[in-house]
Amino acid sequence: MKEILERINQQFNCSAHEHQPENLSWVQLDKKQLVPLLSYLKHTENFSHFVLLTAVDWIENNEFQLNYLLTNHELHQDIAIRVMIPRDEPEMITAHHLWQQIATYQREINEMYGINFPNSPRVNESFLLEGWEGIPPMRREFDTKKYSEETFFPRPRQEGKDPQTHMKQKLYPDEE
Amino acid sequence: MSEETKHNNQPENTEESNKFPKEHLQKRTVYSPDGEKIEIDPLQDYYLQDRPERRDPRYRVVEKFLNWARSESLWILGFGTGCGSIELPPLTTPRFDAFRFGIAMRPTPRQSNVFIISGYMSIKTLKRAIRSYEQMPDPKYVVALGSCTINGGMYFDSYNTINRLDKYMPVDVYIAGCMPRPEALIAGFNKLKQRIKEGRAEGANEYVQRFDEYKANQKQIIKDWNMPDYNW
Amino acid sequence: MKNKLFNISPDRSKYPTIGKDGKPEIDLSSGKFVKIWQGPNHPGVTGNMSLELTVSGDEVVDAKTHVGYLHRGFEKLFERRKYIQCFPTSIRMCVPEADSNEYCLAVGTEKLAGIDVPDRAKWLRMLTLEMSRLQMLLRIVPGQGGTMGLGIGVQWGMYLRDLILDRFEELTGGRIYHMYILPGGVRGGLPEGFETRLEENLKDIEKFVHRIDNVLYQNAVFRKRAMGVGYLDPSWVDEYGVVGSNARAAGFKRDVRKDNPYLFYEQLDWEVPIKTESDIYTRARIRWYDLQVTIDLIRQILAKIPKTGDVRAKTPNVMHWKIPAGQTYVKSESSRGEFGFFMVSDGTDKPRRINLRGPSYTHAVPLLERMLINTNIADVGALMVSLQTCPPEIER
Repeated sequence: MKEILERINQQFNCSAHEHQPENLSWVQLDKKQLVPLLSYLKHTENFSHFVLLTAVDWIENNEFQLNYLLTNHELHQDIAIRVMIPRDEPEMITAHHLWQQIATYQREINEMYGINFPNSPRVNESFLLEGWEGIPPMRREFDTKKYSEETFFPRPRQEGKDPQTHMKQKLYPDEE
Repeated sequence: MSEETKHNNQPENTEESNKFPKEHLQKRTVYSPDGEKIEIDPLQDYYLQDRPERRDPRYRVVEKFLNWARSESLWILGFGTGCGSIELPPLTTPRFDAFRFGIAMRPTPRQSNVFIISGYMSIKTLKRAIRSYEQMPDPKYVVALGSCTINGGMYFDSYNTINRLDKYMPVDVYIAGCMPRPEALIAGFNKLKQRIKEGRAEGANEYVQRFDEYKANQKQIIKDWNMPDYNW
Repeated sequence: MKNKLFNISPDRSKYPTIGKDGKPEIDLSSGKFVKIWQGPNHPGVTGNMSLELTVSGDEVVDAKTHVGYLHRGFEKLFERRKYIQCFPTSIRMCVPEADSNEYCLAVGTEKLAGIDVPDRAKWLRMLTLEMSRLQMLLRIVPGQGGTMGLGIGVQWGMYLRDLILDRFEELTGGRIYHMYILPGGVRGGLPEGFETRLEENLKDIEKFVHRIDNVLYQNAVFRKRAMGVGYLDPSWVDEYGVVGSNARAAGFKRDVRKDNPYLFYEQLDWEVPIKTESDIYTRARIRWYDLQVTIDLIRQILAKIPKTGDVRAKTPNVMHWKIPAGQTYVKSESSRGEFGFFMVSDGTDKPRRINLRGPSYTHAVPLLERMLINTNIADVGALMVSLQTCPPEIER
């Protein structure tokens, strides 16, 4: 695995490193280098199994993190590729031509985070939600509790002790 | 709600039929492979346009007997709307044997009279559940399983699941728990039977009486309402 | 001249015509195609999902999967919950086999926090994972016959599954949702006499294994309908990320327990069953072998489980537990295949992001859409069950 990572570092000018106990390596890359790296890993290094594509919202850095996870079934090693894209222009190059299944992930991320993948098939069709209006729900600034209280009809709470303070007094009376 | 406002809120059929931009609800002409010409008007062909009517006991003398008969043949609509539906198959096995209470699973709403809402309802399912519920023939009963139908339960703060089922359709019996055991289900069904025998399971009539209120609540959360208001 | 009365089946050799892009041209207004919605309220669909099928005669020419009927926004809810509060929520992500969720979340938390788990707790975790796999297989193995109208196996399987659920109730207190595996270990040891009672149930299940072979796999109707139907091309395995028993039926030896051994699976003696025919029958058969392997594994685990020792490592106060910042991917083998959690922590007491990658995600959406084409409409239900699609883990 070390040789593979060295080759990646040379070819793509990045800092791939190993995370030993989990058979998992991490690569952080620029947005434009992603598709060449995926293609290289698939065709040359035999990382043939695409596991997942997911996004993380780092609102404080004004960035989205996209994770591509691949598995090599001969070495039993995983490699996770991390791509940071700016939050202001959420757009990413599509990779569905390498693995058909990526189109589904991109469709979900487009709906949940509002990240656009131009030219990905059926990317603008709704996947999980139906008739959703407003900001995409998985973004950090979307407050799900507030939305739930405004939209649905919360059943009023029963009169009595507040569970949080009651449990705290009962279980951990010394702590703050 | 007073009688006057109720009358004003009543939607007119002509306006309603123009509100569906969906292609499959428009009038069209199709040709069969043999060249036969078929004209389709989906809204006229598939849906009835009448408001629901209240079902009053017609035969007052034998109503008790009819209620007994109804209570002994609870046919469940086999629509697993949530995770509670995983405890329904064990009910049909010899261990719990729901058949002895006259409970059977039916595949279509037209043949069933009990709708089990098995747990949380996402908005997308609620839309289908309302249609299934309205397609069931009278008299019909709703059994709500799990805490999530009562107050949202585990998903009280979720953006996609409703908190209280009774705002969207009338509920006859709640079975609490997450998830309720098969024994609890049987106890709930016995409770429903008792209510039917006493003539108190009047959910369907309540739905008719407070129809506009229920529809307003449903339309508030189902943003793309692309179906007729009445689809029985 | 053609007799119009007896010309019941129209000539379908000319359509659907193949267009320029290699896909069939489907013009709904021609009247040669019918659009059928299968589900969500349909007995032949696994769980609450729906298929939009375009059929020509009784053959599917185009298919779309619609999911989202069970979407509860778990991944959003985790952002509002502390790590320990995530556990009761996370097990509801995959309902029929809830222990894989608990296990992955617990191991991910331990990896991020750097906690070691006592040996006895690891053995107990293995026991619950295998029992959970066993009850899922008891549901799905006869369920394959159920889609073709063979209901007797379903009744047997449900009865035997209930016995395993009783053992779960004894061990953990819950039938479906256990909340037994926690960060740092498990909640308790085995009750007295648990092994003997479980052994009795395993004997019953072994009898069932041989009976279901006669009733289902040797049944002429089942063989005729399942053999050669629903062929999964081995070249699709990498294209669509097929894992678990579906990949094993196509000749790929993929089992996380062997490939990346976790817990103590290295110390057990077992083989991964493999076949190459890759049709509905083979996938059902692989699950039958899996059932035998699982019974064998439970016996081995029961023999090796230590009688004394800690079941839970010491953890900080869970209500104020701040997990160090980090990112990790945890995977385990569920009955459907690789089941993974991608976890991101930002150093606070609430997780930043927990993403579940269930095997059904690709099996039920892109793969099923591909496989449904040219399937007879009567085989759609059987195909879905044979792929073991489980909607709650797709939409979470």
